Amino acid sequence: MIRLERRVETPRWLDVAVPLASFVAALVVGGLVLQLTGHSALGTYERIVERALTSDGALSGTLVAATPLLFTGLAAAVAFRMNVFNIGGEGQLVLGAIAASGAGLALEGRPGWLIIGAMVVAGAAAGAAWAAIPGALRAFTGTNEIITSLMLNYVAANLATYLIFGSRSFWRSLEGSGATFPTGKRLPPEASWPSLELGGVVVPFGFLLGVAGAVVLLVVLRATRFGFAMRVVADAPAAARYAGIRGRRVVLGVMALSGAAAGIGGASNIGDTRHVLDPRGLNQAGYGYAGIVVAALARLNPVAVVFVSIVMGGLANAGRALQGPDFPAGLVGTLQGLLLVFTLGGEVFARYRIRRARTVHEAHAGAPPPPTAEVTA
Amino acid sequence: MNSNLFVVIAASAIFYGTPLYFAALGEVLTERSGVLNLGVEGMMLMGAVTAASTSIHAPGPTWFALLLAVLAGMVAAGALALLHAFLVVTLRVNQVVSGLAITILAGGAGLSSYLASVWGVATGPVPHQLSSLDVLGLGDLPVLGPIVFDQNALTYLSWAALIGTSWYLFRTRRGLELRAVGESPATADAMGIDVTRSRYLHTVVGGMLAGVGGAYFTLAIVPTWTDGVTAGRGWIAIALVIFGFWRPDLTLLGAYLFGAFSSLAPTLQTRGVDVPVQLLDSLPYLTTVVVLVAVSSGWASRRVGAPAALGTAYEREDR
Repeated sequence: MIRLERRVETPRWLDVAVPLASFVAALVVGGLVLQLTGHSALGTYERIVERALTSDGALSGTLVAATPLLFTGLAAAVAFRMNVFNIGGEGQLVLGAIAASGAGLALEGRPGWLIIGAMVVAGAAAGAAWAAIPGALRAFTGTNEIITSLMLNYVAANLATYLIFGSRSFWRSLEGSGATFPTGKRLPPEASWPSLELGGVVVPFGFLLGVAGAVVLLVVLRATRFGFAMRVVADAPAAARYAGIRGRRVVLGVMALSGAAAGIGGASNIGDTRHVLDPRGLNQAGYGYAGIVVAALARLNPVAVVFVSIVMGGLANAGRALQGPDFPAGLVGTLQGLLLVFTLGGEVFARYRIRRARTVHEAHAGAPPPPTAEVTA
Repeated sequence: MNSNLFVVIAASAIFYGTPLYFAALGEVLTERSGVLNLGVEGMMLMGAVTAASTSIHAPGPTWFALLLAVLAGMVAAGALALLHAFLVVTLRVNQVVSGLAITILAGGAGLSSYLASVWGVATGPVPHQLSSLDVLGLGDLPVLGPIVFDQNALTYLSWAALIGTSWYLFRTRRGLELRAVGESPATADAMGIDVTRSRYLHTVVGGMLAGVGGAYFTLAIVPTWTDGVTAGRGWIAIALVIFGFWRPDLTLLGAYLFGAFSSLAPTLQTRGVDVPVQLLDSLPYLTTVVVLVAVSSGWASRRVGAPAALGTAYEREDR
């Protein structure tokens, strides 16, 4: 019989060894899936590494792909840390993109810094407002936020589609080819976000913003009154009540903060990459769900989210570059899912000691009888 | 209301509600054992893609191919449910996170999409589809005929499943034991009930029912594979369990209500009603939010019917 015994303390080396072993195990199983479906595992992995890291301009592309995942990863990390399961990162990102493109179009002719600033603020505000709906429902009516936040993803996708394909809205281009084939209006050139070149690697402004956001979140969580309130509400709701912390406001605040992060991700999608509201592209990308993978692999640590988002961005970048009959759609998502499942399963080794439980018979046969009283953790 | 329109909406409420019901009924069984399964959407998609592939590649007469397709969908979804059970029962992973992981792994951008490309499923309508069966020859009855007696085999099967599950849950010893496991696993354990076995069994059976629901999409509703074909219906099924107070009969009513909302867009569009299609498409999701708010506030906020141990791992040492 196998038995799981709680560890009182997790040894340090396990904190590194367990995620690494999970990573390797996921790659092995992913390789098995590839081989069983008639693809070469090693060949596929080699091409992923090449397109994500080593080929010309690959690293720049990886950072572009990592940027939305960085924001949705932060969104999921901050909420999940609080036991608030915001699965609506997808929809909050779409709302952020709608608001940011609206701001960029409305401020045409103004100076660039003003437009870009307004896009970031509008994206954050729209994402926060969209997330505040399930947040308020959870805080004030006790409605499960998992399902409501997820349902609003579909509503957000329909809203973006409506603005471009279903109406003659402010976002839709009605001139030239746009009159017959529905597309979004292109933003003015001043609304394009700048980028930084570091030794041949182009770093998008959105990515830098995300890194700054990760540091700010870490500080908020560790060193502010609100962060402390968050941790108390998450870990000991009863103690929080006695301490006079207003749990409902904290839940709503966390949801809004999480939604704001995802919303800036949407603004970055407009400012850094697309420069136009593109519902099809947004709805197919699945940034929100990938953000949950990023947050879980980073064990909900905002700074770790930065590094994990680069790894996942590399995978997504390679997937986009390689997509074809030899590299089917869905492969990237499958690998991400396997990574997530193995990471979750692997945590058992960090939290528990695995013992072969001795039966009563064996225990009697052994020389020293096992201690009867155990110290409780 | 035009009685003809009423018949159309009622018949399609049942038609579109059936896959929701299969998935929700499975989730009722799983949650009754204390396991929350948020992987329903992923399991439905796995059921949908394997059923579509079987319908394309299976030999033999239509009834045989369809039988194989539904069974294949059940096996694929059940395998995924087994993974969930292993993660949450044996490894004691957080049930919310594990369910999400399952849906991400199998979801519209994951394994179901990958398998669809590998198996060459997205080529067009599947060859063997579920068609309506007028079993009792009563399909010509006015009003009732087209609504109740002109449905497909899986719909009739769902009514049998309703009766069977209700009887199992409330009239058998096994059902009583299942409810004990969901309400108080420690007590059930002390009574000599194998908590681990019960949770594994009902999670896998629940997943298989979600697989039937998924198969219904590619064999009857769409009936073509597209990535993410179930479009969040797995999540609506989870909401239906709350709406139905964890009871098979009330859940059926909820499923048909949502079936009616799902059918509104196609029905009104063919009649030339001028409403934005995106608004109609959003209705099932908006309704889910409204319904969840309604059942979780007010008199129902005491979580009537929710198994007390739902969402928690059972550890003997914690007793």
